[in-house]
Amino acid sequence: MSLQTQQLNAAVSVKGGPVMSNWSAWLLWPDNVALSVFALGLLAMVFLYAARKPMHGIIHSSCTLAAHGTRIVSRWMLRAAEGMQLRNQAVLLAHGQESEAVRIDREFERVGNLIRKDLQEFPALQRKMLEEATHIEDDYRKCGTVPPPSPEWVAALKSIAQIKSGGDIPRTLLEDINRSIEKIHDKTITEFRRSYEERHKILKGMQPSWRSVEKLIGEMDKKMVTLETNTKQIDHHMHTLEAIRAKDSKAEHALTVSSFVQLAISALVMLIAAGGTFINYKLIALPMSEMVGASDYLTNSLKTSDVAALVIILMEASMGLFLLESLRITQLFPRIASMDDRMRRKLMIASLVFLTILAGIESSLAFMRDMLIADKTALMRDLASVRPAPSDGVLTSIPMIGQMVMGFVLPFALAFVAIPFEGLVHSLRTVIGVGLVQGMRGLGVLLRIVCLLFKRSATILELVYDIIIVVPLMVERWALAWRSNASVAPSVAPDDIALAKSRRAA
Amino acid sequence: MKKPLNIVILLFSLMLLGACGDSRMHSHGVYMLVDTSGTYAQEANKASKIINYLLATLNPGDSLAVAKVESRSFTEKDIVAKVTFDKRPSQATSQKRAFKDKIQTFTQAVKPSAYTDITGALIQGAEYLNETKSGIKTIVIFSDMQEELGKGTVRDFPIELDGFRIVALNVSKLRTDNADPRLYLNRLAHWEARVRKAGATEWVVVNDLENNLESILVTRGTNG
Repeated sequence: MSLQTQQLNAAVSVKGGPVMSNWSAWLLWPDNVALSVFALGLLAMVFLYAARKPMHGIIHSSCTLAAHGTRIVSRWMLRAAEGMQLRNQAVLLAHGQESEAVRIDREFERVGNLIRKDLQEFPALQRKMLEEATHIEDDYRKCGTVPPPSPEWVAALKSIAQIKSGGDIPRTLLEDINRSIEKIHDKTITEFRRSYEERHKILKGMQPSWRSVEKLIGEMDKKMVTLETNTKQIDHHMHTLEAIRAKDSKAEHALTVSSFVQLAISALVMLIAAGGTFINYKLIALPMSEMVGASDYLTNSLKTSDVAALVIILMEASMGLFLLESLRITQLFPRIASMDDRMRRKLMIASLVFLTILAGIESSLAFMRDMLIADKTALMRDLASVRPAPSDGVLTSIPMIGQMVMGFVLPFALAFVAIPFEGLVHSLRTVIGVGLVQGMRGLGVLLRIVCLLFKRSATILELVYDIIIVVPLMVERWALAWRSNASVAPSVAPDDIALAKSRRAA
Repeated sequence: MKKPLNIVILLFSLMLLGACGDSRMHSHGVYMLVDTSGTYAQEANKASKIINYLLATLNPGDSLAVAKVESRSFTEKDIVAKVTFDKRPSQATSQKRAFKDKIQTFTQAVKPSAYTDITGALIQGAEYLNETKSGIKTIVIFSDMQEELGKGTVRDFPIELDGFRIVALNVSKLRTDNADPRLYLNRLAHWEARVRKAGATEWVVVNDLENNLESILVTRGTNG
């Protein structure tokens, strides 16, 4: 090694450190880097050419192994996704079936109530209608037109008119008759008119009966329409139930979409409730420090008083949940739903009492908060040597009253969070299930693509390997070509043929 | 059935113990030294305002003590008022009112001292704050930081202020400082070096009492 090279190495080791010196150790002729690199490349190429067959085998086996592995995982993923989908479908359909059954039950209950109520009224209604009809019929009979009786003197008049011999006697007679007739006629007309007047009166008296009957018929009509609407709804629900029972894909899709919509709505309501909870928390966090101490910390930044306030709110929410459960508005706890009515009523009363007590506590805490703030403000004024501003008693008490009312009302309002919470719980299961199935399917497809890539990459890597040792391969081909010229021999190397066969087999 | 219950009780007890043990770690202890030497005694009103600021800022569970810096200040007699605020905010407010009254009485009758024993006052302050077991310990020095020791007063030994924050307030410039500002700067540098050597975590100088009072106390989150 020349002195110059030694100096160079020494300089490299000082500046570049041990990495550079190690690199230079690989050089066969350190003073001629290019030649050394060329020689090393040549050696490597010879080595790689010699190891071509096992290297191709390693590349091929590794890629095949990886491809098989990913393929198995992909298959497992897709199968698991299918299984999960079936499970989701079963749960979704069962839940949908249950919901529809409850709806149908409620509709039947409504119809039952309607029918029971109307059937109770029906005998009275029928009696009333019959009475009205009898009344109308009687009146109708009374109104019947009775022609005036034919006077007997008409026959007498005929016989007098047949007297052929004229004279004063028949004329006088006829004149007398005429006068009598006119007199009787006038009397009859008067009688007839009076009779008609009476009938008109009767007809006028029939009007309320007609109207009453019309009203009764209208009411019946309305009830019948309501009943018809209810029956239509029952029909609709029955169709849906039948579709669910038949595992119809449309029904399943509708239920899934419904779950997504319900999740969105429930989440929105829960968000609003979270706002209410925050306000509630702010109302009682400060006064809670008066009860549990303001300087106790559970963690580095979590005050015990804050946690206590949160616990109070959560207890209120729990009581609200139990109240709604015992009222059978929500059905999150099967144990409560299956309780007998007496026990359930007891639970309802207990929940309501606890909720009222907690609301009272919160209201008094809100009052205490106002007092604490007022006290602190007074202290700040004292410390700053500022005179207190003249206060209007009514105006200053409005926020305090508002806080107290809010403190009492908010727990009851928060109790209704149980309804969207139930919706959220039920819909979240479906949505998460759908998301998981889609995710697993996506992953399965992705792994399938990766499997294909591994399969193809085996060929690509082999070709890349061959590119690296292209010079020895060319020499080999030349040598084969020269030998084939000398004797009849296959132009392709036997190793290559064997390798190609094994690849095809794979 | 009993085993899980025991575990739950144990965990709950541990949590409660943790909570109890943690309460003092989050509390703030402040010991304020008020220089009463020479002309600085006239600044007592300013000191009173700063004490009012501290009273307004400190929370229930925190500790506050105000002591005067006199010729020899390593004594409890120099503590004008001290209090550890109750955990209940309403009680803490009453205590703050009483503390304010004590300070008002003190500022109305401040007598100037002949010498200024800042080192002795610092040692006394550190002792008091260590006793309070506060999580964050701050010694506020309302002084020109010119230490003058009387005959026989020995203070040239290393002091221990491990984990303390030292805040120098209203470090006024003396006449000699105006003639040669290096004296003022050297004085501050000397004190900073001394308290840092003693183990203080922070050295803060606050001269703008109108706008920079927030620097006196460190917020709980920033102190880890």
